[in-house]
Amino acid sequence: MVPVFYIFAALTIIAALSVILQRTPVYSALSLIVVLCSLAVLYVSLGAKFLAVIQVIVYAGAIMVLFVLVIMLLNAGRERHTEGSRLARWLGVPLLAAFLVEILSVIWNGLSSGAVAPPAPDAGPAAVGALLFRHYVLPFEVTSILILVAILGAVVLAKKQL
Amino acid sequence: MMPIPPTWCVYLGTGLFTIGVIGVLTRRNVIIILMSIELILNAVNINLVAFSRYFGEVDGQIFAIFVITDAAAEAAVGLGLLIALFRNKETVNADEIDLLKW
Repeated sequence: MVPVFYIFAALTIIAALSVILQRTPVYSALSLIVVLCSLAVLYVSLGAKFLAVIQVIVYAGAIMVLFVLVIMLLNAGRERHTEGSRLARWLGVPLLAAFLVEILSVIWNGLSSGAVAPPAPDAGPAAVGALLFRHYVLPFEVTSILILVAILGAVVLAKKQL
Repeated sequence: MMPIPPTWCVYLGTGLFTIGVIGVLTRRNVIIILMSIELILNAVNINLVAFSRYFGEVDGQIFAIFVITDAAAEAAVGLGLLIALFRNKETVNADEIDLLKW
């Protein structure tokens, strides 16, 4: 399991870099699909079987279809290089590098990798569903309202005339 | 079977998060900015799943499902905004959307 994890973690990082470095939005979208599918493999290796299936169906399926459809509708070609501020390049990149180093040092000091992990929980659809519909049923219902508002918002925004 | 060290999951989440933040801050195309936000949300998910595994509870995965739902809602509203914006200004370039800026 550990070699699988390292291989797909590396693939995730490489594809994520490809998402933000590609100049053409379609290539970014395809790289994002690679990120999402390799994250699904990582979820399986961490024992989250149901979540891996959800990741492929909802994320790599539905959400990415939405992105690719919008790219097609807007006919977005290569990004034009505009004159941004020099401040972003000379101040932003060092600050972000410092941020990354700080997070990594916090993790390095705070987490010991030698901890003994408990046995992996049973995370099939039955276990996840029982928890979701018993203990977390109120958040689940609130989420349905969120989805309803999102649908209404998308229709109102995208429709030409109401 | 040797378990995956939790530190590496957190490193992976940190890497994905930082790449997403760089994408949000440096790219001009609004579609790619939205995709970078998806990267950030996935960085949250990998942490939730990893700690769900190392605490031996399924609760973290429930929260990951909620995060995926949020991502779907955010993508729908964000892309709807983008279509409305493109209809009015004929651009997806974040530099040219400065109506409230000056």
